[in-house]
Amino acid sequence: MILKVENLQKSFGKLKVLTDVNAEIHENEVISIIGTSGSGKSTFLRCLNLLEKPSGGKIWFHDTDLTAKGVDINQHRQKMGMVFQHFNVFPHMSVEENITMAPVLLKKKTKEEAHERAVQLLDRVGLLDKANTYPTQLSGGQKQRLAIVRALAMEPEVMLFDEPTSALDPEMVGEVLHVIKELINTGMTSVIVTHEMGFAREVSDRVFFMNEGILAEEGTPEQIFDDPQLPRLKEFLSKVL
Amino acid sequence: MLSFDTMIMILTRYSSLFLEGIRLTLLLALVAVAFGTIFGTLLAIMKMCRFRALGVVATAYIEIFRGTPLLLQLYLFYFLVPSLVPWEPSKFTCVSVALVLNASAYVSEVIRAGIQAVDKGQTEAARGLGLNSFQTMYKVVLPQALSNILPALGNEFVTDIKETSLASTFFLGELMSAYRTINGATYITLEPLIIVGIIYFCLTFSLSKLIGLLERSLRHDS
Repeated sequence: MILKVENLQKSFGKLKVLTDVNAEIHENEVISIIGTSGSGKSTFLRCLNLLEKPSGGKIWFHDTDLTAKGVDINQHRQKMGMVFQHFNVFPHMSVEENITMAPVLLKKKTKEEAHERAVQLLDRVGLLDKANTYPTQLSGGQKQRLAIVRALAMEPEVMLFDEPTSALDPEMVGEVLHVIKELINTGMTSVIVTHEMGFAREVSDRVFFMNEGILAEEGTPEQIFDDPQLPRLKEFLSKVL
Repeated sequence: MLSFDTMIMILTRYSSLFLEGIRLTLLLALVAVAFGTIFGTLLAIMKMCRFRALGVVATAYIEIFRGTPLLLQLYLFYFLVPSLVPWEPSKFTCVSVALVLNASAYVSEVIRAGIQAVDKGQTEAARGLGLNSFQTMYKVVLPQALSNILPALGNEFVTDIKETSLASTFFLGELMSAYRTINGATYITLEPLIIVGIIYFCLTFSLSKLIGLLERSLRHDS
């Protein structure tokens, strides 16, 4: 088990976003999280690396409770790659610097190692010729591919994707999903919040359906998409499929 | 009537006064912005930090200095500073203190706004990679904030060039004092005023253009 969520709660002021979420994520597993906007799925994902501070409950990463006092969250975040809806690439750094900055700064790699790895990663996602350009010259799809390899350069144990294709023009969704798919095929443990149902069905080992702040239903893609139990899930699927 | 000949006469006869005026005006403005940037940065950090008490202190300071006239602050520190320090401070020192304290309040808001204008996603991405809050600020947020802050600091410098004219109340020798000296000696009003006005304008206009260039080159970088 790589991640375990116990009675997770999150409120923003009076608004309860997550009421009581329990989940386990195993090594090499791919989890897709689906649900309507406002169901709490992004908040859930962001709680996993404490970008949102949980209001209650525990997040276990291996044997460490990340919510415990005195935990050096920065150490653990280095092992959890995060990809955002809006890419959040660093505009003041070249494409290569985007990738090498964190591993070098955090002493994970020497400059030479980081450079070598960056070349490797950029080649893998078809951006090698862009290494010395700045992100302003990249399309949305290219930015997101860059964001993915930026996270990979830290050699994470798990990747968290927060609606990685939602901000993309339709013609760029495919290239980003392709990169994620390739990554998953290497056995990377991944948690993906997504609206791409076809993709979720294809790549996931398990699918979580979130509704009104709880993990309402979970199962294999076949169970969730072909044999949904909750009326709320049936309704959701009838709208998105 | 305005006479061109009179202007030429004043310009030649009092050129050293004008030159000294330009020097002191620029020096005062530079001191105000330079030290204002140091203290303004501290105020901005205080205002954004976790400890609420520091934030309250910084906010109170900023509101007070922005909410009262600079001329009043100049008077206040002109008379207050000599009683606060063991030596006898020069006029220049007293006026500088007021200008610096005033500029700090404005600059701190420039810095805070520049930092807060950086997209929150940038911070999240950096923290998500495992950078701590200091590394995030230093490597990701500040470099981007700088392209917002630098041009605004330049504009503050331009503003301060004009505001140093208030120091002429104490005959400090900057440009506006030069006018008052010449006016006192010759009883001529319009021509020296026009000359000083033209000098102020040349200073601020050329600086604004330079800042515009800087701003464009910064944007080109990112």
